[in-house]
Parts: sequence; C-alpha cells; structure tokens
Amino acid sequence: MGNEAHTPDAAASVDFEQVQSTGQFQELRKRHRSFVFPMAVAFLLWYFAYVLLADYAVEFMSTKVWGNINIGLILGLLQFVSTFAITGWYVHYSNKRLDPIASEIRHEIEGHEFDKNGNRVGGANK
Amino acid sequence: MIAIPAAVDVAALKDTTLLNMGIFGLFVAVTMVIVFRASRNNKTAADYYAAGRSFTGSQNGTAIAGDYLSAASFLGITGAIAINGYDGFMYSIGFLVAWLVALLLVAELLRNTGKFTMADVLSFRLKQRPVRIAAAISTLAVCFFYLLAQMAGAGSLISLLLGISDWGGQALVIIVVGALMIMYVLIGGMKGTTWVQIIKAMLLIAGAAVMTLWVLGIYGFNLSALLGGAVETAKNPAVLNPGLQYGKSETSKLDFMSLGLALVLGTAALPHVLMRFYTVPTAKEARKSVVWSIWLIGLFYLFTLVLGYGAAALVGADTIKSAPGGVNAAAPLLAFHLGGPLLLGFISAVAFATILAVVAGLTITAAASFAHDIYANVIAKGKADAATEVRVARRTVVVIGILAILGGIFANGQNVAFLVALAFAVAASANLPTIIYSLFWRKFTTQGAVWSMYGGLASAILLIVFSPVVSGLKTSMIPGANFALFPLSNPGIVSIPLAFFLGWLGTTLDKRREDPAKQAEMEVRSLTGIGAEKAVDH
Repeated sequence: MGNEAHTPDAAASVDFEQVQSTGQFQELRKRHRSFVFPMAVAFLLWYFAYVLLADYAVEFMSTKVWGNINIGLILGLLQFVSTFAITGWYVHYSNKRLDPIASEIRHEIEGHEFDKNGNRVGGANK
Repeated sequence: MIAIPAAVDVAALKDTTLLNMGIFGLFVAVTMVIVFRASRNNKTAADYYAAGRSFTGSQNGTAIAGDYLSAASFLGITGAIAINGYDGFMYSIGFLVAWLVALLLVAELLRNTGKFTMADVLSFRLKQRPVRIAAAISTLAVCFFYLLAQMAGAGSLISLLLGISDWGGQALVIIVVGALMIMYVLIGGMKGTTWVQIIKAMLLIAGAAVMTLWVLGIYGFNLSALLGGAVETAKNPAVLNPGLQYGKSETSKLDFMSLGLALVLGTAALPHVLMRFYTVPTAKEARKSVVWSIWLIGLFYLFTLVLGYGAAALVGADTIKSAPGGVNAAAPLLAFHLGGPLLLGFISAVAFATILAVVAGLTITAAASFAHDIYANVIAKGKADAATEVRVARRTVVVIGILAILGGIFANGQNVAFLVALAFAVAASANLPTIIYSLFWRKFTTQGAVWSMYGGLASAILLIVFSPVVSGLKTSMIPGANFALFPLSNPGIVSIPLAFFLGWLGTTLDKRREDPAKQAEMEVRSLTGIGAEKAVDH
C-alpha cells in the first residue's frame, strides 16, 4: 500500500485525516483557497475579456491614443503589468499568511523527530 | 534617426556560414564541458531526474525560462508579429499570463506531493496503474508535439543559415541536432540539462535585449515611431490592429479564441515544465523559481514585440516570407540587418542552443515518464531498482531522440509558435483538468481521471488530425489531401471543456469511492510540505 512516490519518511505514521480536521489546517486551507480561487477567476476573466475585445471589437482596439499606439497595444501591455502585479501580490500573501501557519503544522508533526533545521534527531539513516 | 542600413540581401547570408558554425561549435563545446562536470555526481534516480533537488529557486527559475523560451518564443513569435502584426502579439500575452495558473494553482502543491513526474501527483490518491499509464501516455504525446515544433525550428534556421533548401540537406541537419541532444541527455541527466538551460536562457535574453535596444535606438527610443516604420514598410496600417490573421471570418475568430484558451491553460500542464519544480528542495523554492521565471519570460516577451515590429519595419514581411525558413527567419534576418554577419552568427547560435536545450529538456521528461511511470511502476510493479530505472530512461532517450528526428523532418517549414500552440492544446486538454481536480476536488475518482485524460488527449489529437493543419490547404502538412472535417486549426475550445466535463462526468458516475485517508494525506502534504523529499547532499 501507500504511494511509491514517497519513500518512508517522518510523515509515514501520521494520521492525516486527524491533521486535516484540525482548526489550524482548516484555516490554512481557507486562507489558501480564498486567495488563489478569486485571483484565478479574476485574471482569467480579464484575459478573456482582452481576447474577446481583440477578436470582436477590432475598431475599438484600433483606436489611436497617442501617435501609433492604440488601445489594443495598451491593453496588451496592461496584461503584462497585471501579471507582474498578481505575482508580487501572491508572494507577499504567501510569505505573510500561508508560510507561517504551514511551517507551524509541519513542525508539530515532524517536531518529535526533527530539530528546527530539519535534521533528524537520533535517527539512524541520513 | 540613424541611417537605416541597406535592405537585407538573403543571398549574402551564405558567405557567413563558417562564422555561424564556429560560434555554434563554441557553444556546444563549452556546454559539453559543463555537462560532463555536472554529471560526475549522477548516481541515483533523484540525481538523474531531479538533479538531486539541489538547485536554488533563482537557478531553477532561469532554467524554467530556458525551457519555456523555446524556438517558438524567439523565432515563432517574432515571425508571427513581423508577418501578422498585432495577432502575433497574442502569443506573447497568452504564454505569459498562463504562468499565473502555474504559480497560483499548481507549482507549490505539485512540488509538495510528487517526486519525479506528473503521474506521481495524479496517481497519488487514485488507483496507481490506470492513472499512471494515462498520465505517462499524455506526457509522451505532449512532448512529441513539442519536439516536432523544435525540430521544425531547427530545420528553418539551418535552411536560412546554410542556404540549404533541399529536403535531404535539411533532414541531415535535423539528424545532427537530434544526435547532439541525445548526447547531452545521456551524459548529463537533469543536472547537465539544467545547466545548459541556464546558460542558454541568459544568452537568449541578452541577445534579444541587445537587438531590442538596437531597434529602438534606430527609432530614437520611440515605440510609436517604430510602429509607424512597420506600417510604412508593410504599406498597411492594419498591422497595428488585431484581426489581420484571425479577423477574416467567423471561423477564424473562433480559432483565435481557441488559441487563446489553449495558450493560457497549457503552460501549467506541460510535463517538462512541471518536472522542473522537482529540481528544487522545497515548495518555497518552487514558488521563487516561478516568480523568477515570470519576470524573465515577461521581459523577453516585451522584447519580442519590438523585435517583431522591428523585423516588419526594417526587413519587411515580403523579404521574410521569401527567405529560406520563411516566417521563422524573421529574427535572424533582423539580426543580419542590424549587426551583419557577426550578430547573425551570434543570434543563430543562440537560437540553435535554444532548440538543443529545449529538446534536451523535453527528452529527459519523456524518458523519465516512461522509465519511472510505465517501466518501474507498471511493468516492473515497483520492484525495479533505481539503477535499472535510470538505464531504462537512458535507452528511452535514444528512442525518443530518433522519433523526434523523424517527426521533425516532416514538420519542417511550419511556424514553430503555431506548432507549439498545438502542444499546449494537447497538454491543457489531457492534463490540466486532472491536475486541478485531483488537487482541489475531494470527490474526484479514478474513473474521472481516466475519462478526462484519455478523452482530452484523444479529442485534441483527433481534432488536429482532421483540421486544416494536416490537410485541405496549401500550407497543410499533407497539402495534396483533404480530410479537414474540423474547421479550426487549434482544438482547445472543444477539447479543453470536453476534458473538464468528462472528469466531472466520470467522477459522478463512478460507484467506487476513493480512500478518504489518501485524500487527507494529499491535501495535508500539498499545503504544508510534510515529508516532501529534501535536497540530496553530495
């Protein structure tokens, strides 16, 4: 039984269903999903709005704004800006809101076998 | 404004053959030394497939950019913008925005739950055999389509550089490129390939940056003036507007939507990109690598906008189309126009290196998938030792190399960005629904996974076979025949929703329930990183 993808490790004997039901894990799950799902929906909507405009609103997209720069080009470049912005936002959110709670759970489970640096204490194999 | 150099004389390119070959030879020699040095410590399967999980986030991020910025991005997009104007820019945007799917939904969770391949994750809480086989088959299919595109790029580039336009000569070149790639992967494994990717990514981005600044310099660093130049050369103001390529009819507009869908959903399902997340020690490093690669890739795609319109303005669409190599020759011709033989030599060597490195990355992914998923877990039922598994992987590399060479000879002449978009469509159809469902949908079952993967894969491939890409048009792969029953050239708009639907349907109709304990384990592992394999010391 078990998954060949994982060699036996510190987590082999953990009761994952129990960990899953703890308030702490539920909170981590909620924080993760409440960020990534709305964000994924938002950028996909924005992207497809852009694609649809380029596809079916050619005249609007061809409107010159400044010199030869038209609305299509500006919206296209804004896709770059929004991608960079969401990336930065997610990293900030993960560092602040996800990583601390995830490492807390990890240490609680692995704590009796690992020290703070992740080295096995008293274990035979390295 | 700086005086614009004389028009490009394509015939003069042949005189620079020796120089081009010299620069390319130097790159091969240098990277071979690095691959040899990097491979000295390849002992275990984790070394061979995942580079001992010893790369840092920024190193891996650069390597991801190297993997991702293939011939499609450099030759294909530049060519598409040069010929079709704004519609070519769509590739840049889709290819970049797609990374958000990888960053937000896939990269870290995948790093925490798998070991070497995509199938590790997909089969985590489902029945091993059927899911593993399906995932391995779709991995091989996607890699094959992607390899075709790279080989077609190699053919275009060579025909331009050496002025070889006969079929046999180009085929010979594709064979040489293929043989070199097999060497890299056999000797270097993942670590060697990763170093090749890193070097190549830096050379490619630097080369593109130099050309971008040069083009902008000619137009006084005024983007509007550059666009004006493109309009003037093309004698068509529509190059700045969407619709030049895809606006012709309602069918072509649908095709554009289909392409947009495949581009944005394909990236996070590309097996060779997914496998890169395993070369870093932790999920946090996986996140760092994605962030790093988003910046590099975004920057590069901004360059392609300038390069594409630059080629349209300075070289001209007609010259590009009539050059050996066709659409894919836009970037090298622009380099020749700007910096003469020396810049052409450098840029061509970089483009070559790009193809070589990407092909190596794809080959190792396909080999790992066959050896790890099909051989070790299905044929040997998990009883094969690591040494045998690596030996099987090495043999698979040779077989895949030969297949890629043969496929490349036939795909020669197609736009590479377009061919890669087909690989994206296949990946998004066959893999993405199952990845998303198995990470986020508690009730997802084996039957859902198998239906979605085979349904997505089969529908995408069948629609491509019966599309105008393969037959019916003068530009088709088999121009003489006409069995194009499906009007769109990209299958994404049908096959991706279908695969999502089949995943849902298969799960709903499945009477079997999956083990809730495995679901709990996968969810806890994916979010916390408990027990994820750490770096291997050397």
